[in-house]
Amino acid sequence: MTIRLGGIIFGLVLVGVLLAWSFIPDTVKYSAPTKSPYYAFHEEKLKPAGGFSFDGLGGKWDYQQLQRGYQVYKEVCSACHGMKYVAFRNLEQLGYTEAEVRAEAASWSVPGLDPVTGESTMRPAEPTDYFPSPYPNEIAARAANNNALPPDLSLITKARPDGANYVYSLMQGYVEPTEEDLAKAKELAGGVEWETPVGLYFNEHFYNANIAMPPQLYPDLITYADGTEATVEQMAQDVSAFLTWTAEPSLVARKQTGWFVIGFLLFATGLAFLSYKQIWAEKKKKKA
Amino acid sequence: MSFAWAKQYEPKSDFTKWIDEKLPLPRMVYNAVGAGYPVPRNLNYMWNFGVLAGFFLMVQIVTGVVLAMHYAADTSVAFGSVEHIMRNVNYGWMLRYAHANGASFFFIVIYAHIFRGLFYSSYKAPREMIWLLGVVIFLLMMATAFMGYVLPWGQMSFWGAKVITGLFGAIPVIGEPLQVWLVGGYAPNAATLNRFFSLHFLLPFVIAGVVILHIWALHIPGSSNPTGVEVKKESDTVPFHPYYTAKDGWFLGLVLIIFSAFVFFAPNVLGHPDNYIEANPLSTPANIVPEWYFLPFYAILRAFTGDLTIPFTGIVLIEAKFLGVIAMFGSILVWFFLPWLDKSPVRSGSYRPLFQKFFWVLVLTMIVLTICGGAPAEQPYVLISQIATAYYFLHFLVILPIISQIEVPKPLPFSITEAVLGKTEEAPKATTPATDKPGDDLPGGSLQPAE
Repeated sequence: MTIRLGGIIFGLVLVGVLLAWSFIPDTVKYSAPTKSPYYAFHEEKLKPAGGFSFDGLGGKWDYQQLQRGYQVYKEVCSACHGMKYVAFRNLEQLGYTEAEVRAEAASWSVPGLDPVTGESTMRPAEPTDYFPSPYPNEIAARAANNNALPPDLSLITKARPDGANYVYSLMQGYVEPTEEDLAKAKELAGGVEWETPVGLYFNEHFYNANIAMPPQLYPDLITYADGTEATVEQMAQDVSAFLTWTAEPSLVARKQTGWFVIGFLLFATGLAFLSYKQIWAEKKKKKA
Repeated sequence: MSFAWAKQYEPKSDFTKWIDEKLPLPRMVYNAVGAGYPVPRNLNYMWNFGVLAGFFLMVQIVTGVVLAMHYAADTSVAFGSVEHIMRNVNYGWMLRYAHANGASFFFIVIYAHIFRGLFYSSYKAPREMIWLLGVVIFLLMMATAFMGYVLPWGQMSFWGAKVITGLFGAIPVIGEPLQVWLVGGYAPNAATLNRFFSLHFLLPFVIAGVVILHIWALHIPGSSNPTGVEVKKESDTVPFHPYYTAKDGWFLGLVLIIFSAFVFFAPNVLGHPDNYIEANPLSTPANIVPEWYFLPFYAILRAFTGDLTIPFTGIVLIEAKFLGVIAMFGSILVWFFLPWLDKSPVRSGSYRPLFQKFFWVLVLTMIVLTICGGAPAEQPYVLISQIATAYYFLHFLVILPIISQIEVPKPLPFSITEAVLGKTEEAPKATTPATDKPGDDLPGGSLQPAE
């Protein structure tokens, strides 16, 4: 009885406090949540026509596309972004031979030690090395980029919601804001005109519409080794696919294993269900 | 315990006889989950989740022990060592995804198990001890899961740890020194990560120990059942093996198929993208949220937005943050008192029309709290979580004690056999009035509404 009384008192105190705040005026403001002006520019993410080859339950890598994407990374992104969790040897998974990977690695230089003097120096990369950051440290990276830090790209598509489509959209998000959106932003800001700060760039797919990275992709910026026409849309799609692979090289193997595992489980569970039916048949029959 | 008709273990070969004399472990297993444990024959599928919970505990321990072989609990390399597991360890991605989603599935089955207990009043006499041990297991699970989420040392790991350890700082007087002592500093750091790893490795084995006590306590009165009527005779029961091993077996397969669908096709949907960004004490994520299974309790924590003051004096009795902490821990501790708060002599919710309605309101409340816990701390979510939190406490502390006094339950079947097979035998007419003395054996089929 004391427990019940104590419980009721404890409960009523908490409930009383809560209800007081909820309903006594002035404790809670009922005004609609204020939205930052950049909400005016939020757009649905773009998706490549037909989606990515690795989407869906039976997704597969498009190796041609991954190789093109690697070319975009190497010739464009790597000027500012490293990939510290991806090793050159991993490129073999994109369809390059061991010799090709060795040659490719050698075209990059990574920090090393001079074998004679022991001093810090740069040396050609080996397949066991990881993709280097172009900057020696964060301070150098910020100093070179107007105090913005270019993130490491190894995991970028997993570190953003709907990552592959996000990168694809972001690369194409450098547009002029529409009059309509600008008016909406002005309204949300309480009459203050929307202005992209100096040193930043308008991007309708970046969360606050002001991104420190300048637009990167222009038509025919690179010459694809396989002769594909280098449109902005094509490069954006290829590099998104490549960065999906870097974020999770096991993605396709995972889905394939999944089919095998679920197939086996369906079979085993079916058998288990039949034996369950048989074992209980006697007990259930009497019901009639 | 056992019922008089329980089958006895009979070692057949000389070897098993020899073992049985020296250490009767096979006999113990036989009596615990073998043919020697008579179980009510009418259990529905809600009774499968206990075995499933045990299974997922084993999944977590096995995958966790292997992951620990490759993981390094040091703030400078922890995040990278998880990526090393994902990329370089053979099938490391499978182990880690199974472990991460295994935690979610452990909570899914444990919530089903707890709400089974709430609906069928499995906490009532003579099964209070099973329930109390169950709440202890749940608290240990929450601690283990929380510390496990810190180990990858991503953004949500770090900031989640900061928010949750910060709760201890809300305790008056001793709060701050206590928090510094627990964390090993003023914010989560290398010492925090290392001790969390140590405890995250230890606690599952503590859980396994309490699970053994939980099952031991279960075997004293035997399993409950959907009618809430106690076992009376042999025809009410079936041996655990093969009947329930077969039923648990195929149901386990079914759950494993769903589990595999997550592990292999959507391994990251239950997680947060921010946790693939390495922890950065200088950059706060926009919306710090815990894993989904903590969201209802997180919503209760955040529902308290103002201090408790003496009206018109401005004297603060309890600060808002500490009130939230009390409420959050109170929301689980209240379960400890459940056997003494709900005094209805009828166990099963199926025979309690009024209780049933409030039960489903409670389920709805939990869902609403889960949604509010994941939403940013702004209106209208704060107001909704305040109302839902108020109902949560009202339900356990006020509504349950009252309905157990005023409710008129539906007539109970005389026995489990009758409930399953229909009236094949002459049931004695109701004569015994309902008792509500705690600890009394429930009056089975005799509980007709008193008229």
